[in-house]
Amino acid sequence: MAIEVKNITFSYPGSLATAVENVSMTIEKGERVAIIGQNGAGKSTTVKLMNNIYKPSKGTILVDGIDTKERTTAQIAPHVGYVFQNPNDQIFNDDVVKEIEYVLRYRKLPEEEIRKRREEAIDVTGIRPYVEMHPFDIPLPIRKFLTIAVVVAVSPDYVILDEPTAGQDLWGCAQLKTVMDYLQQKGKAVLTISHDMEYVAENFDRVIVMAHKNVIADGEKRDILYRMDTLREAHVKPPLSAQIAQAVGIRDKILNLKELSAAIL
Amino acid sequence: MGVCIEFQDVSYAYPLTKKAAVRHLNCRLETGKCYGVIGPNAGGKTTFCNLMRGLCPNFYGGILKGTVLIHGKNLLEWEDEELSVQIGYVFQDPFAQVSGIKETVFEEIGMGLENLGVEAEEMIARIVEIAKMVHVDTLLQKNPLALSGGQCQRVAFASILALDSDIIVIDEPTSQLDPEAGSDVFEIIDMLKKQGKTVIIAEHKVDLLAEYCDEIIAIAGGSIVAKGPVKEVLSDPVLPENGVRIPQAVSLARELWQAGKPFREIPVTMQEAIGLIKERREGRADGN
Repeated sequence: MAIEVKNITFSYPGSLATAVENVSMTIEKGERVAIIGQNGAGKSTTVKLMNNIYKPSKGTILVDGIDTKERTTAQIAPHVGYVFQNPNDQIFNDDVVKEIEYVLRYRKLPEEEIRKRREEAIDVTGIRPYVEMHPFDIPLPIRKFLTIAVVVAVSPDYVILDEPTAGQDLWGCAQLKTVMDYLQQKGKAVLTISHDMEYVAENFDRVIVMAHKNVIADGEKRDILYRMDTLREAHVKPPLSAQIAQAVGIRDKILNLKELSAAIL
Repeated sequence: MGVCIEFQDVSYAYPLTKKAAVRHLNCRLETGKCYGVIGPNAGGKTTFCNLMRGLCPNFYGGILKGTVLIHGKNLLEWEDEELSVQIGYVFQDPFAQVSGIKETVFEEIGMGLENLGVEAEEMIARIVEIAKMVHVDTLLQKNPLALSGGQCQRVAFASILALDSDIIVIDEPTSQLDPEAGSDVFEIIDMLKKQGKTVIIAEHKVDLLAEYCDEIIAIAGGSIVAKGPVKEVLSDPVLPENGVRIPQAVSLARELWQAGKPFREIPVTMQEAIGLIKERREGRADGN
């Protein structure tokens, strides 16, 4: 079981320039993968194609063997869930409960199942204090957790989080950790797009680097985050702890502050 | 240096809310300094910014207690147009900032100048200059509503810079940008500082603030929990106690302190941490 992206090329409607060119990658079920790279490298486009919001101009995407070209977005959505970078692009109901239940009702799940999934999603994402509010009155960083709750309730096998740590404070980052642990426990694949290298190093096993509309590296995080030429080409800096470790001549591939302090002591 | 903004026991509650968003704020901001405003979301950072620009209470309504002085004059006595020139404000949500009524980025950046009645020639020169500065010169003919989040943030930034205000308030400027573009924003801020502007930035990226700011104001639960020079505030244990993010260099120092091997001083920037680690490793090599 996997999402298999095979040699896809895509241009946005009305645009002559391609947004991705000949991109290939495979995301296995249960994997935790981060895509990193500069704005405009093709990261968001690639995951939107996986989610079948757009269809590739060339190449194919198979979700558990099913060609996305032969399915509608609504047919792929139960398998691949996408949490938008900007929650305002995703929310369309005037009520938190309605927003979470929307897809579940569309899929005509039993009432008891809807209730169970809704409550679990609200708890995991920590939005219980906000359920009575209008979604657009909820502070933006917390609104992001509402959109995560929607995807958690749908419970797809592949969850895509686009820039989940942007604008989050310590509460938000801790809550996100809770969500990540929950998804892993459920055996979900989590794919993220992130500029936050501390978050990537902490929560993901595999890192894919994109630059100039294509994949330039793909592998185990400790290997990838120490390929300085590749990172430079992608205009990405490694985690601060790695930068410090290199600057002071520590040879181990340090990825977080705990490892750094252990190496210094 | 002169004081340009002063809060005297300021409390404020948004309309229809029982709880004040900020309580008993007291602080003085000096002309030409760069201030970082940090703290948890919903803790009062944006309200603090809104108060300086007069959006609280002039736009939002609500109840203001205490006094906000801008250049020594009570906030409530300023005409809004006058204040909008004195204080440039870059909003957190760039899509809330772009007017939505201009068809090109060029016109969007020029809108403030147009409203002020600046001569066409000067206006065009200024728009082109600012566009280059924030790297949106290739977007000038695009529709502002068709921009990506990062591009939109730069345009919002440009439209404020065009006004050449002496005080610039920026609410989370880098939240939509990739790290490289985020560093560009801080370079612009550095340039504004060199021009003698007063800059106030609310931001979560405390590692960057540590490098660029003169002073830090930490706000949590609606109150100022710490304020003062960068190094002093960012190493203050009161920050983590109040859920305020601290720089990674400070976290590292705390780890070492807990392990019983503290640094001789607390670093707040990456460079300071590197210096202290090198010093320690060299000391060890000498057999000390």
